[in-house]
Amino acid sequence: MDFNYLSTIIFLPAVGAVLIAFVPGLSGRLIKWLSAIFTLVPLGLSIYLFAIFDRASGAIQFEEKLSWIPAINAHYHLGVDGISLPLVILMALLGFLVVLISWKIDLRPREYFAWLLLLETSILGVFCSLDLLLFFLFWEIEVIPMYFLISIWGTGRKEYSATKYVIYTLFGSAFMLAGILSLYFATGSLSMVEIAQGGLAMVQSVIPAAGVFWLLFIGFAVKLPVFPLHTWLPDAHTDAPTAVSVVLAGALLKMGGYGMIRICVSIFPDVAREFALILIILAVVNVLYGAAVTMRQTDLKRMIAYSSVSHMGYVLLGIFALSQVSLVGATMQMFSHGIITGLLFAMAGLVMHNSKERDLRKLGGLARQMPVIAVVFSVAGLASLGLPTTSGFAAEFLVFVGSFTSTAVVGIKLWTLLGVLGIVITAGYILWMLQRVFYGPPQDKFNKVKDADILERVYMFVFVAVIMGVGIYPAILTDVIQAGVMPVMRLLGG
Amino acid sequence: MPSELVWLIFLLPLFSFVIISLFFRPFLNNRPKLGGYITIAALLGSLGLSIWALFEVMAAPGHSIPIPDINWVVIEGGLTIHLGLILDSLTAVMLLVVIIVSLMVQIYSQGYMKGDPGYHRYYAFMSLFTASMLGLVLADNLLFVYVFWEMVGLCSYLLIGFWFHRPEAANAAKKAFIVTRLGDFGFLAAILLLYFNTGTFDIGQLNTLAAGGALAGTVLTWAAIGIFAGAAGKSAQFPLHVWLPDAMEGPTPVSALIHAATMVAAGVFLVARTFPLFAHSMEAMTTVAVIGGFTAIFAATMGLVMTDIKRVLAYSTISQLGYMMLGLGTGGVAIGIFHLFNHAFFKALLFLGAGSVNHATGTFDMRRMGGLRRFMPWTYATFLIASISIAGIWPLAGFWSKDEILVSALQAQPILFYLAMITVFMTAFYMFRVVFMTFGGDYRGGEEGHGKPHESPAVMVMPMVVLAILAVVSGFWNVTGQFGALFGHGHTQGFAEGFFGILTHALPWISLILAGLGILLAYAIYSARWLSAERIGAMFKPLYTLFLRKYWLDELYEQVIVRLVLLKGLFAAFQAVDSYGVDGAVNGLAKGVMASGKAIRRAHSGQLQLYGLFIGIGIIVILACFYLFG
Repeated sequence: MDFNYLSTIIFLPAVGAVLIAFVPGLSGRLIKWLSAIFTLVPLGLSIYLFAIFDRASGAIQFEEKLSWIPAINAHYHLGVDGISLPLVILMALLGFLVVLISWKIDLRPREYFAWLLLLETSILGVFCSLDLLLFFLFWEIEVIPMYFLISIWGTGRKEYSATKYVIYTLFGSAFMLAGILSLYFATGSLSMVEIAQGGLAMVQSVIPAAGVFWLLFIGFAVKLPVFPLHTWLPDAHTDAPTAVSVVLAGALLKMGGYGMIRICVSIFPDVAREFALILIILAVVNVLYGAAVTMRQTDLKRMIAYSSVSHMGYVLLGIFALSQVSLVGATMQMFSHGIITGLLFAMAGLVMHNSKERDLRKLGGLARQMPVIAVVFSVAGLASLGLPTTSGFAAEFLVFVGSFTSTAVVGIKLWTLLGVLGIVITAGYILWMLQRVFYGPPQDKFNKVKDADILERVYMFVFVAVIMGVGIYPAILTDVIQAGVMPVMRLLGG
Repeated sequence: MPSELVWLIFLLPLFSFVIISLFFRPFLNNRPKLGGYITIAALLGSLGLSIWALFEVMAAPGHSIPIPDINWVVIEGGLTIHLGLILDSLTAVMLLVVIIVSLMVQIYSQGYMKGDPGYHRYYAFMSLFTASMLGLVLADNLLFVYVFWEMVGLCSYLLIGFWFHRPEAANAAKKAFIVTRLGDFGFLAAILLLYFNTGTFDIGQLNTLAAGGALAGTVLTWAAIGIFAGAAGKSAQFPLHVWLPDAMEGPTPVSALIHAATMVAAGVFLVARTFPLFAHSMEAMTTVAVIGGFTAIFAATMGLVMTDIKRVLAYSTISQLGYMMLGLGTGGVAIGIFHLFNHAFFKALLFLGAGSVNHATGTFDMRRMGGLRRFMPWTYATFLIASISIAGIWPLAGFWSKDEILVSALQAQPILFYLAMITVFMTAFYMFRVVFMTFGGDYRGGEEGHGKPHESPAVMVMPMVVLAILAVVSGFWNVTGQFGALFGHGHTQGFAEGFFGILTHALPWISLILAGLGILLAYAIYSARWLSAERIGAMFKPLYTLFLRKYWLDELYEQVIVRLVLLKGLFAAFQAVDSYGVDGAVNGLAKGVMASGKAIRRAHSGQLQLYGLFIGIGIIVILACFYLFG
């Protein structure tokens, strides 16, 4: 492998960001075109990687390794396997689509798009890093663009939400850093692969393995988010500009789930098994509690934000059910939720932007005035409630089957069934939301409201095509994901 | 027949859906009828194929034809899911029912929906609806049954809420989806439970395992009850029946399809499809029979007092579905499905008749109708035939299947048999109440501002005539015992022997007399007016109110459970916990940190003397400690 695909994918957006930020005299239009190009190429490359990915091998592929800080044995080490590749594609796809979604941004476009591209680089970096220090570095970089994007281009209590986001993330990162350092001092290595393969010499270390596991878990749990660390999410989503909500819900939350599989489960399989029951109960709390609180929201974006809390519960359930099928399901759910919620936020953004209204109690009857948006919003909603033929169903069903049949955890059947109950509440809030926004008699105040324009239809189509494609033929993803889950299962001894 | 053609049976309407939804609105909006023609053509194609399939199945050994599978998801060592079809007698019969009813409804809709702005949307959804139901009938594993099951639910959501600008329609659609989804939860749980215990989703294998005793005991019972929960949601059985009466908010042809062949038939079909699971669990069989028998009479009581023609028909559907479940729970697949088969034709006909009446008068309220037999003779004649059939009068279709159910109920569950007998009386009464109120007497004016009533156009009358013929003859299939034989039970006999021989038994006479009494009572009250409806209503005031208010179940579910307990109670509590508990704690913590920061800042005064003082005190304390404890 001569060409460094992953580095190219990761850093092209950053190069674009630098160009946009520092080349003087660029017009707003040119900035948008540049952003589109610098995100489209990584997308193309990642799809190419997906095509040539060796589905039979569970190994890390497209690896790149350079010595980085020899003194502490840190490497610039990249690579993807079946678990991270779908997430890379997810981010690359959303990265390109959010540029299209942001096409109408006219407030300080130079900074906006530079930050947006930098955000993409950092998230891609997290999914590709195999070195703990590199991983942590990308993880931290992400906070900076996020802070500016929310606090400058956001709405409502944007400074409050942005600050809250930063504090929560740093709070989590502090624990994570402590965990990473403990791992390093115990093993002398920063390579995720080496540590996972080497088994735990940790047992002899000062801090017990369980302690390190929890340090790292808290870092990831803030991102996913796991109850009770979730309250940053509704605020951040609600006040962020549309495109940022899309990235936030679509790709950023998945850093948490990805970290749990890649680090918590792979490095500490025994600890994971020991605490699986507690985490599964937390997952069910996430699902049901999240759904219940969603039901009570009156703000369109806040509602979708809370639904994410509920849906991420399924990811947590799938991960700590610790069975092959459930892990495949959890990874699927991360991808699927990324696309579905991305589309939901994009549509919510359009409704809000075109109608100048976001309060569900004041919306209504818009199906007549914006038929295209109504149809696409409905598709996204139905996918979110797990309707068959959409990716939401395929993913959730795999999580359910995998968790219910898992033998790793005692009493998991009951908890899984409680989680399944979430689909009824989900149906409730999604249909209620659609009804409040689109159905009922058309209102005069929305008579001049515009439907989606051509550019918006283009990205809607891409979203819908992916949702339906994966839903009708899930094997396109499961073939890849199962290759990545196999080694994890070996580490779990299953 | 080649297996690709079997796939086409449900793919044809699916193609029709795709074509209409992708190309019509943007490109062919000025050609309203074309969408309907495409749907009808697709269904004609499916009809031909399914008739072929039926003959093949009749000839095949064991009445079943294997069809090769396609892999859908394979997780090595974990899970393998195939996409496969099944073609046996149950499928073949269901295909026929679904396609014939749907075809008639689509033809009728060409007249009924004329001029509606959502014409293309209507036909697109109707195609998808039919395709999903056909897929459900053809699927050979539980997961795919579930997939199509949900698609059927989606389509009824879309079609009940077809006129989404009306809040009632939007509410009814949502209610239908959520109530049935509550049942689906049970179905999904059953699928998981079965998969965990057997490692397969394949219905054939599961049935074999249950029949062989490998799948037994509490697992089997719970799985069967879970499946039945799903079936009860779709087939509107108590206590999940509340969505069906509201579902009439959709266009009337949609109701005809939902009530006869698609949505509600799915539940009965599912129980029939997985029947061996039920048959080997006493508890499950009893559950099905009891819920079915109870629903039959329970829904009939509400049908007695409704004044909206579609509501009466809706409760009648619930009641008849109860009969089907009773037949399944006491007899077997052939008995329950035979009633489904007959019911599909006359119930579709009744709804199309109601639609035709509405077309003529602009209302569904029977109190504003009357005397329509003079204005619309065809509608009257066909509606009357359907009413006689559903009342169970010899020798129309309804008689034959209802009689079988009564016989099997008498043998297995005597108490349910008596309830079913009372229901026979009620059915005859409420149906003829509709007939007399709608078509008898004098015209009472219809909807304000609606013109003089008139017969519906030929495109609407023709499907009704076809269905009327079927409502007479469809029952003859099992006069000879052929229908039962196709499902592998009962014995066959000559036509004349069966046709007249049935009248030598006592039971049919009792049920005929009860039905006759029901008709007589309806005649006495609503046509001859020997008795006053008002006075009877006043006499049984508490009962009348109870029925009219639908046992207050809607209020219990919506106002008490959903609004009070869940939304205002539990969910609001969670919301409060979220805002004031979790988030409050975080914000409180932040404030605390700030406050302690302020407090500590006072200590950091920058005055060296003060620092020196603290250091001095510290040293003294440490020395004191050493002295005391060291």
